[in-house]
Amino acid sequence: MQFSEQWLRSWVNPSLSSDELSNLLTMAGLEVEETTAAAPAFTGVVIGEVKECVKHENADRLRVTKVDVGTGELVQIVCGAPNVAVGVRVPCALPGAVLPGDFKIKPTKMRGVESGGMLCSGKELGVPEDVDGLMLLPADAPVGQNIRDYLGLDDQLFTLKITPNRADCLSIKGIAREVAALTGAALQPQAIIAIAPQIDDVVAVAIQAGQACGRYIGRVIRNVNAAAPTPDWMKRRLERSGLRSISAIVDVTNYVLLEQGQPMHAFDLAKLDGGITVRMAKAGEQLLCLNEKTVTLSDEHLVIADDAKVLAIAGIMGGEESGVTTASTDIMLESAFFAPAAIAGKARAWGFGSDSSFRFERGVDFQLQTEAMERATELVLSICGGEAGPLNEKVAELPARGGVKLRTARVARLLGISLTAEQIATILSRLGLSFDTLEDGFLVHAPSFRYDIEIEEDLIEEVARVHGYDAIPYAAPAARLRMLALPEERRPREDIRHFLAGRDYQEVVSYAFVEEAWERDFAGNTDPVRLINPIASQMSVMRSSLIGGLVNVLQGNLNRKQPRVRVFEVARVFGKNAAGKADESTQPEKVAGLAWGPRVAEQWGQKAERVDFFDVKADVEALLLPARASFAKAVHPAFHPGRCAEISLDGKVIGVMGELHPRWAQEYGLPTAPVLFELDLAAVAARSAIKAEPVSKLQPVRRDLALVVDEEVTVAAMLDTFRQHASALVKEVALFDVYRGKGVEEGKKSLAFRVVLQDDARTLTDEDVEPAIQKLLDAVAASHAAQLRL
Amino acid sequence: MTNVDAILQAGLAAIEAAADLIELEQVKARYLGKSGELTELLKQLGKLPPEERKAAGATINVAKQAFETAHNTRRDLINAQKLEAQLAAESLDVTLPGRGLSTGGLHPVALTLERIATLFRSMGFQVADGPEIETDFHNFQALNIPENHPARAMADTFYVEGGDVLRTHTSPIQVRYMLNNEPPIKIVAPGRVYRVDSDATHSPMFHQMEGLWVEEGVSFADLKAVVTDFLRRFFERDDLQVRFRPSFFPFTEPSAEIDVLGERGWLEVGGCGMVHPNVLRNVNIDPEKYSGFAFGIGLDRFAMLRYGVNDLRLFFENDLNFLKQFN
Repeated sequence: MQFSEQWLRSWVNPSLSSDELSNLLTMAGLEVEETTAAAPAFTGVVIGEVKECVKHENADRLRVTKVDVGTGELVQIVCGAPNVAVGVRVPCALPGAVLPGDFKIKPTKMRGVESGGMLCSGKELGVPEDVDGLMLLPADAPVGQNIRDYLGLDDQLFTLKITPNRADCLSIKGIAREVAALTGAALQPQAIIAIAPQIDDVVAVAIQAGQACGRYIGRVIRNVNAAAPTPDWMKRRLERSGLRSISAIVDVTNYVLLEQGQPMHAFDLAKLDGGITVRMAKAGEQLLCLNEKTVTLSDEHLVIADDAKVLAIAGIMGGEESGVTTASTDIMLESAFFAPAAIAGKARAWGFGSDSSFRFERGVDFQLQTEAMERATELVLSICGGEAGPLNEKVAELPARGGVKLRTARVARLLGISLTAEQIATILSRLGLSFDTLEDGFLVHAPSFRYDIEIEEDLIEEVARVHGYDAIPYAAPAARLRMLALPEERRPREDIRHFLAGRDYQEVVSYAFVEEAWERDFAGNTDPVRLINPIASQMSVMRSSLIGGLVNVLQGNLNRKQPRVRVFEVARVFGKNAAGKADESTQPEKVAGLAWGPRVAEQWGQKAERVDFFDVKADVEALLLPARASFAKAVHPAFHPGRCAEISLDGKVIGVMGELHPRWAQEYGLPTAPVLFELDLAAVAARSAIKAEPVSKLQPVRRDLALVVDEEVTVAAMLDTFRQHASALVKEVALFDVYRGKGVEEGKKSLAFRVVLQDDARTLTDEDVEPAIQKLLDAVAASHAAQLRL
Repeated sequence: MTNVDAILQAGLAAIEAAADLIELEQVKARYLGKSGELTELLKQLGKLPPEERKAAGATINVAKQAFETAHNTRRDLINAQKLEAQLAAESLDVTLPGRGLSTGGLHPVALTLERIATLFRSMGFQVADGPEIETDFHNFQALNIPENHPARAMADTFYVEGGDVLRTHTSPIQVRYMLNNEPPIKIVAPGRVYRVDSDATHSPMFHQMEGLWVEEGVSFADLKAVVTDFLRRFFERDDLQVRFRPSFFPFTEPSAEIDVLGERGWLEVGGCGMVHPNVLRNVNIDPEKYSGFAFGIGLDRFAMLRYGVNDLRLFFENDLNFLKQFN
């Protein structure tokens, strides 16, 4: 909400500077977002009246004027403005004046004629107007007065960010009330004059939706001059509140809204058919609104209707057809109370709101309607003339205001400071909250303008706010100390991140919403979780895999000419449960990585070789240690069908890795395919408990077995067979070489395994070792036709 | 016995002349070998008359020892020279860069989170977590934000098909945690959150962290103390000015915005307040017995302030040149 400081100070004028006032409001919860000067700084400009005005001898466009500036002597000023004329009162900058932009006014000669000052346009004073030429002031503007005082230019425009609970502060009256409570300065409210009816005319009012409309007051005013100009003072206050002047009657309703906080509406009486009914709309009814949008209504919308049609959406916006215009002669003013629940969210659903709906959905003072109507009537009559009818008030269900209990001890407990009952009572009184004193505290009655006082904590906040949050001291909290659990069987996420960073992967963060194509291409997911209101079409579905994001990061960095990219991400992915919804169980966290480019950064003494499947596999294996993952050939939409593995721990699939399918490499513009992995974070984080085993002090024996097998036989299959047939002496079987070529038949390969044997009790002899080795050889010969390579 | 001396002198000369260990050993063999010159002299002692034998033997042994000493000295010298030459040959340009894998690094927001989590762990807060697609209940209703409440407009919400939402804040984590745990509860809950907003200062996805302490007797003074302490530790400035400004959140009462005094005036860094009794009731905690505070901060904003990053979007562009600065 924006308003003029001068306007506020006409209601309450604490002895505080503008900055102090701004700070006071901010620290009371009415955050001042911005203060701006109503006009830039300038000096030496007074009101002058042009007494003489003749054409300049040497210049067609210039006039030579004599101006009365209240000094008793006329000042000769040369002026080029088109609207200069005898009798106009205009701002006049005298020698010594400094105008905005550090423009100094000195006596000068213009085309040979002395000029002792300058007549000013609004633009030259930094207060632009629509007028071409000089700023024309009213005929009663006092000659000689400083223009800043006359136009009230030494004013600050405050912009407040009012939180949704403080609808009572969406008016000058409300802010003034708050400032008075906070400072103790006297409140000087605008006097409300009860206007005696001069005519008897009333429009019948029926409230059919009493829960939604608690009060409706209509008043007829006849014979108004709706085309009368809005007075300058009102225009100025509206403009300084960020509203444009529209027409006198509309301006009055807006003025009362700003001053009192009561949204008003003015109907053209001639457009009404019969009486007013406040009712829920019928489904399908339509209204062309003042903002030229047509809305279709349903039975959730409260409307103001006459006997024939919907006139306005109650509390939100009037209709184009029934609104007052400058041609109107008879009008009906509306001042009503609509319940927040009846208004809330409706305007937003149509994508527009109004100053009215903004206030009603937060809560308008339900006792304010009469005062606002009287105030508006007074203003209309004084500006547009006319004769007012009586107030026609209908009351239905108004909000109940029960007492709220406030315990003195509870204040201390929740705030951590002790305030006496007297201190609390003083604060409540200053806020205008009436109360009964109880043995342990107060029973507080919230006024009709406060919608945020429903429970004890609301009052405690009020007490804290007026006492000052700053005044609540803080010391290190006293608490019972408890150590945190530190489960060794779960590795913190940080460790996983640091591990990957230590292996030369850079962490990235990608959006969780992705292009639908990524889900299809990289996850084979044709039924992703879709957003109803995505910010862009390429961010329309929730990802079920981190792969697309990493490929995208690769693309981006290749565009930036990175020679080598190794990245990882830890994030949630999203899927659907059997019922088609994303619940807690379908949003697991994943850790995924991508490596592209040379195995190591370009450097001396190392050949530049492209990172491959097995480099990344080593990273994955190391990440999962001490658990030993198994890798099985797999098919996955993202990956090269021959270079893809499913990763399992204890028989459970926990992830996948592989080289990106060449099709995607081509489609996504990658010169070569990266290698990626993606694992369930929970599986990576899980660790089995460590249990130390005794270590044998006896010499181990090593035997190397070079075995020739068919290409199709996998290392994992060989190792499995070894494991099944290993005697207790066999401590380790590991592959250390793969050979193809001379000495090995085409279609076959030689796998070299290291077998380490050891006993805990005695040193092994050949008699111990040979049977164990023979057993292994027999087993792989039987299962995989493996032959010792001689 | 002039013969002995002559042989010794010739032998010592030969030792000095030996260029390497092989030559030296050849010299040794020539003099001390089975049929070496000095060995031969010893063999011939028997032929001498007994009265000369002893003196002659002594003379030969002295010569032999002198030869051996000279040999050992020469051998050590040759070894030392050889080692020196080897070392000289093996010397490296130690200024060549190290080889192998380099290291990667963490995302600045993750770094920030890690520091913050460490600070809060030191005060006994656990790190909690929760899903990002949330129900309306967990994201709004349980937090005292009923349908059509104006506060819903404060966070423009992404909806997924079926009516769930992308969480607009990390507060649903506290709801879930409180539903599943009894007080005392002390958690921080970091995570990604989503709002329909995208410009220079807003990202549709960003990071928040929520803190929650629910226990008997937790007060607003405790909230001020914990948050102030945290901010001073995080920014490593004991004199950091922190202020708590009354504000409104549906899920806390009283509520406050947290401001710190920066070079260009007060800067909002988070929101906080005492957990609203309706929220406690919604998660089956008795607000008469327990009280608690909650606060929320923007992790991206903290990362920006801490590391001098002036554009939020940099955190989501994943430009390696930007990210590597934090390694």
